[in-house]
Amino acid sequence: MIPFNFIYYRPDSLQEAADIYSTLQSKGQKAVYFAGGSEIITMCRTGSIQPKAVIDIKNIPECGLLSLYNQKLQIGSVCTLNQISESKLFPLMRLACGRIADHTNQCRITLGGNLCGSIIYRETSLPLLLADAEITLYGPEGERTVPLRSVFYQCMQLKPGEMIVQVQIPVWALSARHYHIKKTANEKIDYPLVSVAAICKDSKLRLAFSGICSYPFRSEQMESALNQQTKSFEERVKQAAELLPEPVYADAEGSGEYRLFVFKNTLRQLLEDWDNGKI
Amino acid sequence: MVKYEGKVVIALQVNGEAHEVAVRPSDLLLDVLREQLGLTAAKPGCLNGDCGACTIMLDGWPVKSCLMLAVEAEGHVVLTVEGLNGTAPIQKAFVDADAFQCGYCTSGFLMVCHALKTQNPLMPKENIIEEWLQSNLCRCTGYQEIRRAVRLMYEST
Repeated sequence: MIPFNFIYYRPDSLQEAADIYSTLQSKGQKAVYFAGGSEIITMCRTGSIQPKAVIDIKNIPECGLLSLYNQKLQIGSVCTLNQISESKLFPLMRLACGRIADHTNQCRITLGGNLCGSIIYRETSLPLLLADAEITLYGPEGERTVPLRSVFYQCMQLKPGEMIVQVQIPVWALSARHYHIKKTANEKIDYPLVSVAAICKDSKLRLAFSGICSYPFRSEQMESALNQQTKSFEERVKQAAELLPEPVYADAEGSGEYRLFVFKNTLRQLLEDWDNGKI
Repeated sequence: MVKYEGKVVIALQVNGEAHEVAVRPSDLLLDVLREQLGLTAAKPGCLNGDCGACTIMLDGWPVKSCLMLAVEAEGHVVLTVEGLNGTAPIQKAFVDADAFQCGYCTSGFLMVCHALKTQNPLMPKENIIEEWLQSNLCRCTGYQEIRRAVRLMYEST
């Protein structure tokens, strides 16, 4: 049970949603955009947050799109991980979505919720960063479509009152050779020690990571190191590990030393598979 | 646009019947099913979306009702174990396979298995069955029997 009341809004348009947010904000009342609600409900139940209102954006048509249009795949922010997987339109994203939480929860967790959530792993960002996805945002200042990497640094960098409408993925990424692996400490369904996503573009590997640092990221410096065909796997992996953007993440799931061990082994396996044509 | 504030009356479609219930917008679907409609098959377990004891079906897909607001269920089709009426193939399969011990997790497993059959009328691959079943926990560890019940469900229909 959630031990307090809030006002529930279900707007039919982006404009309505942003207007509700602005009105509440002008009164000093906290509102949150709400899609699948898994994290918001949990945080409300435990008292971590106490919003005055939730704005359920599932009824906004633009947020629910999942289709190919104009050489791009559009995925609305309220599409569930299961809907994205079942569509089979973006194989790398399908693999990433299939390893977030469990299957039943994948029927509720949304793309927007995963990208904006407070849990640090945000694993749907990996395929999107690799594919040079664009993202459409809407807020009190209107709509803007920008490269995801310009607004996703460690987490979504949204302006006050902004929400994710949808992401657009170029079609080349939908059929590109790809690789995804998630290593967990114990159970298959768990937060990652290390998640690695890779995609092939112009005969080069692009790589993005979650779990190894305190935020998900794509590193072009690490990609350059790992794509040095003239060097051994060990040399490439060692150099890539030295280019991690911050010290290795450590928590109860795994020490930094252990995560780094797993990370290096995973990268080495990836390079071997790549070299052997298994990717 | 919908706006709900304070106690409101909403219409829910549960187990093929239309219901009107008075809820707060922050009420969880699990609590409304149990306390207002008397449908106690969905069980409160972890209340955190981990254990699956509260699983129901929403528009044919499994959903953990502890992580859903009752007001979100408006306009959708809710199915609980009570709506299976004791006639779903998975219910007989659970009996035949001895797929429960204490029974607390059984409702959730029944719903996730029924949803599996709804979405995959023909026997899916083992990895798909495993993927769906991993959403639920059985602290009596009756997992092998539950797996057998799923196979029996498919073989009997």
